[in-house]
This record gives sequence, C-alpha cells and structure tokens, in this order.
Amino acid sequence: MAELEPKPFPPGRYPLIVVGSGPGGLQLTYCLRRLGIDHAVLSADDAPGGMFRRWPVFQRMLSWTKPYTGFDRRTREYERYDWNSLLAEDDQHRGVMTEVMDGTSYFPSRPEMERGLALFVERTRLQVRYGCRWETTRQEANGDFVLGTSDGEYRAPVVVFAVGVSQPFRPPIGGLAEVPHYGELRAVETYADRRVFIIGKQNSGFEIASGLLPWARQIILASPSPAKLSVNTHSLVGVRARYVQPYEDSVLAGGVIILDASIEGVKRSGGAYEVSTRNARENVSLVLEVDDVIAATGFTTPLRDLPDLGVRTVGQSGLPVQTPFWESASVPGIYFAGTINQGAQGLMKHGIPSNSGAVQGYRYNARVLARHLAEAHFGLKQRGRAMATDEVIPFLLAEARFGPELWHQRSYLARIVSIDADRGVVDEGISSLAVFVDQRDGPDGAAIALESNGRDDLYPIVYVRHNNVVREHPLPPNPLLDFEREEHRAAIAAALGPLVSPSLSRPRR
Amino acid sequence: MAVGELADTIAGFALFADLTTPQRENVVDVFTEQWFADGEKVLRQGLTGSGLHIVLDGTAAIRIDGVDRATLRAGDYFGEISVLLGEAPTADIVAIGPLRCLVLPSSQVESFLKANPSVMFRILQGEARKVRTTTKWLS
Repeated sequence: MAELEPKPFPPGRYPLIVVGSGPGGLQLTYCLRRLGIDHAVLSADDAPGGMFRRWPVFQRMLSWTKPYTGFDRRTREYERYDWNSLLAEDDQHRGVMTEVMDGTSYFPSRPEMERGLALFVERTRLQVRYGCRWETTRQEANGDFVLGTSDGEYRAPVVVFAVGVSQPFRPPIGGLAEVPHYGELRAVETYADRRVFIIGKQNSGFEIASGLLPWARQIILASPSPAKLSVNTHSLVGVRARYVQPYEDSVLAGGVIILDASIEGVKRSGGAYEVSTRNARENVSLVLEVDDVIAATGFTTPLRDLPDLGVRTVGQSGLPVQTPFWESASVPGIYFAGTINQGAQGLMKHGIPSNSGAVQGYRYNARVLARHLAEAHFGLKQRGRAMATDEVIPFLLAEARFGPELWHQRSYLARIVSIDADRGVVDEGISSLAVFVDQRDGPDGAAIALESNGRDDLYPIVYVRHNNVVREHPLPPNPLLDFEREEHRAAIAAALGPLVSPSLSRPRR
Repeated sequence: MAVGELADTIAGFALFADLTTPQRENVVDVFTEQWFADGEKVLRQGLTGSGLHIVLDGTAAIRIDGVDRATLRAGDYFGEISVLLGEAPTADIVAIGPLRCLVLPSSQVESFLKANPSVMFRILQGEARKVRTTTKWLS
C-alpha cells in the first residue's frame, strides 16, 4: 500500500516542540496553532489518545459528559457538564464527545473516548509525527534542547512534555516486583472463585475490586490509611462514587475486606501467595493466604533522562516541580502539559488539589500555557478587552456562575480584570490564581474564582489587589448555585469598592 | 519519595519522636508531601484555607509585611496557630531555596491530633515555648 502523506515534522530545529499525543499534548498543539505559534509535535504512539488507547482497564471513563443541561452543546457554558471533550474556539468543533457516545451511560466508554480524541484531531487537522519515540535529552551551550528520537535529532529552545503519568510504580516491598500491576490484570473470568488481594485503596484499586465483584470469591483491599471517598472530600481526592460498591459490600456483607494496614511482604507459597500485613494503629501483624495479588500502587512520570538534565521531581509519582505556568522550577525552557500539570499545586486551599491531573482541568491549563508561551517566548502579547464600568460586576458574577474554567479548576484558575490608567477596567482573561496573588509589582485588579472548603457547597471568592496588597472576599453560597443574586452583587461591590471607585469614576478616554 | 524513606526522615523530628514505625508510616500516608521552589509562598498572610505544615528539608522565612522575621528548618512546623484558631495566617511563609513539607489540611488536624495524643502534647509544648518567648520579650 502506498504511503498517504509524508510524515510531518522531520528531524531538525523548531521554535518549540511538544512531546505526546494524549489529550494534554493535543489540547496544547490546538491552542498553539490558534495563536499561530510554529511548533512540532512528536509521539511514540501510532495514533492519538495517549493512555486512553488502553486504560481504564475496565474500559469506562470516570469523567462524564452529560447530554441534557439546558445549554447548547456547542457553547462554552456546556463545557462545565462535558468533562471529556477537548476545547475548541470554533463552535463546530466543540463538544465532540456528544457525537461519539451511544447514550447508554453519561460516562463514555474507553473506546468512545479514544474515538472522540481522534475525531477532534481529524476535524481540527492537528498534525502529529507518530511513531517517533523521544529517547534522550541534552542541552547545548546556546540553550537549545536536543531530543534524540527514533527518527533522529530534534532541536528547540522550548520543549513541552505531555507524556502522562502512566509508568507503573511499585513501592519497595519484598516480593512485590513479581506481582502483576494494575495494567497487567488478566481476563476477569480467570479470577472466578479466587481470593484476590489488592494493594492500594485509590481509584485504581477500587476499580479492579468493582470489576471483580461478580468473579472473585473474596476481595481484600489494603493500604496503611483508611479509604477516602470523593463524596466526603468534595473533590476528586478519594474513591469516586462509581467505584464505591466494594466498600458497601464490605460494610453490609463482608464479601470484601478493607484493611488499614501496611504491606510488609509478599511471598509465593505453592500455588498461592502469603501477604504479611501490619495494622498501623494497633501494631498487629496478620498474614493472609490468597490466590492472586494485584499491585494498584500508582504510577510515575516517564521523564527518562530529564532528571539528569536537572529537572527536579517530587513524591512517589516523580512529578516535576513546576512554576504556576508549568515550567520546570529547575530547568527553564522545559514545560509540561497534560496530567503532569498536577505537579504545579497552586494554592491548595483547604488542602484540596486542583483538577490538573484530569482532562477537564488540564485542558484549560493548556490554553493558559499556550498564551504564556506566546508571550514569554514569541513576544505575542494579547491585549485584553476594555470594559464599561457598569459591565464589571455582572461580568464577574456571570463568570462565577457559568465559567467552565472556574468550575473545573477551583482556587487554581481565575477570571482576572486589571485597572489600567488609560483604558479603565481590562478583562485579562483566564489565568493562574497563584500568579495573580503572588505577583510582586502587579497592577491593581481583581480575580474571581470558585472555592471548595471540603465541607460546604462551593462559593465564589474575589481576590482584590490594591497597592500590591491582596485581600480575599468570599461571596455567599447559594443552594441552587446561582451567584448572580442581589446579595452577590452587594458583596462584590463592597469587595471591589476601594479598587474601582476612584478609577471607575474617572471618565474613560 | 517512598513512604518508608519519609517515615525514616520524620523519625528524627521531635514532633514524632514518640511514635512507632507503623504510626509514622500512617503520618506519612495521611499528610501530603509538597515541594516549593525558591521564593514560592507556602502560606499567605490574610488568605484562609491553609494547613499544618512540617518542614522535611530546606528552609523557609517567616515574612510579615514584607520583612523576614525568622527562619524555619527541617523538623519545624508552622500554620498550626491559624488552624487552631480558624483564622488566616498573620505572616507569609516563603521558601528560601527548594523546600519540601508534609502538609495536613486544617479540616483534618483536629482528628489527627486526637488520634495521636503524643503529637498533640509535643505541639502543646511548642506553643508553650512560644508563649514563654513572647512573655519574656514583652516584660
């Protein structure tokens, strides 16, 4: 068969290179193209989709796309309910997932997710050099990074890695190296009538436990501390509702056993395994005999030789330490997109992390990152829109009520307005809340975000910067999540008072 | 860093000196490990929603109205006063060089301390020292 087209992006020098063709890499290349930033995209895979070409193992997503919302599926407002489609600037490219889902669930199947991503690539004509594996990295004296790949050498002063957090991680526990990891689960019927020990009480462990409920004789889930549930933490932290069934089985029927214990070792014994555990609180050890052990012990970031280049990493997942604009904190010019963005923790208010680890969160980071790259490395500064004085308060409240960026990235991304001596109030768009509050010599301005405190309903919060002092002003919650009521207008007017009264009373030119 | 290594690191801290190894592993599991780059703010004066922080390695400055007042090092903890009183911190805490901390959100501090009375007692001793220092300074 004849080759259809030559592969794009042959080896050479580019102004910018993106590595990866999962949702993170795809969203970034889309946003960069829209800004007219010339760049190459390389991927080791043969097709778009990243980890969703294989996982989740039980072939259904945890993130939903809700069909009926009262909003047209081609609008920005709809994005709040559609956690899976990539973002588009043209209406006809929005909400792609709604076209590929069969309607039997509001959680897309894995193949539907993969198809949705491929459809987005096809329609928006994104270009990726597939089958091109990044293997090595070095930096030259002029600052250029040199990527050694399976297709040859690439050079660029700026490189964005969107390579996922998908490399199996096993903690250094004796015997664990021989145990299958999450991704190595066998066909479910082979677990029929067996005793299965799952190490780990995160979503991956509970996903497997849920899938094996109709098969396994007994399921034991174990890790040192109690399982958290997302419905209790009011965040993506903890086991998601769809996987809570094993928990209910454990408390109502005992077919599942959930242990709060550290795993001290795994040993083969005949056809079975012996797992040694120790309870944290009472310091009691317990040895269990089971037929299968599965390590649902998490994933690390496949950064290859980047740590040798000086990229500092953190935690068990080996996430790179990042600035609020997702640049390596230790090697300038190296950036990250996609789920690796969870390494830029933001304000972590009330201990609640951002949603940067998930598509619905990092797709917005990609848009902010593209704009930052354009400004910082290509000299393309976007000029914000000047607003009429009486527009400011209704605009900010509408953003709090409907802005999908604020809903998906609470206390992380914010809608920002600044006060310009000549132009009055200027809409600066969506950006990093951490940058707004920590900026040293910033203009006066305000940022509105949504905040969860892990206990109550979410509420809008306004940060006002005046003479380089930032104060926060939480707005009242509302049971119907309507933040455009009189009490909100009054509260935001009071918050903005010292900031806007003098400048807004000045006539605009 | 793996749970075992972190549990060994905090074994040297006065705050956790009375805990058994499994209890220390539990601490590491309940707290979140966070990194901060040089100059990054860890706590922000006047902004609510912070937690109890324990320095694993690196140093941080206590900065009030832009002036550095003291330095925090490995084993030191901060943020406990705003957690206990439910108020925003009265100082910025700023990383001086790379800083690594264990963090517990304020909503979990009460249950953690009640479940670990020896840690509660150590914190109480720490607060007593602060009161003594302040009293001496005032007299």
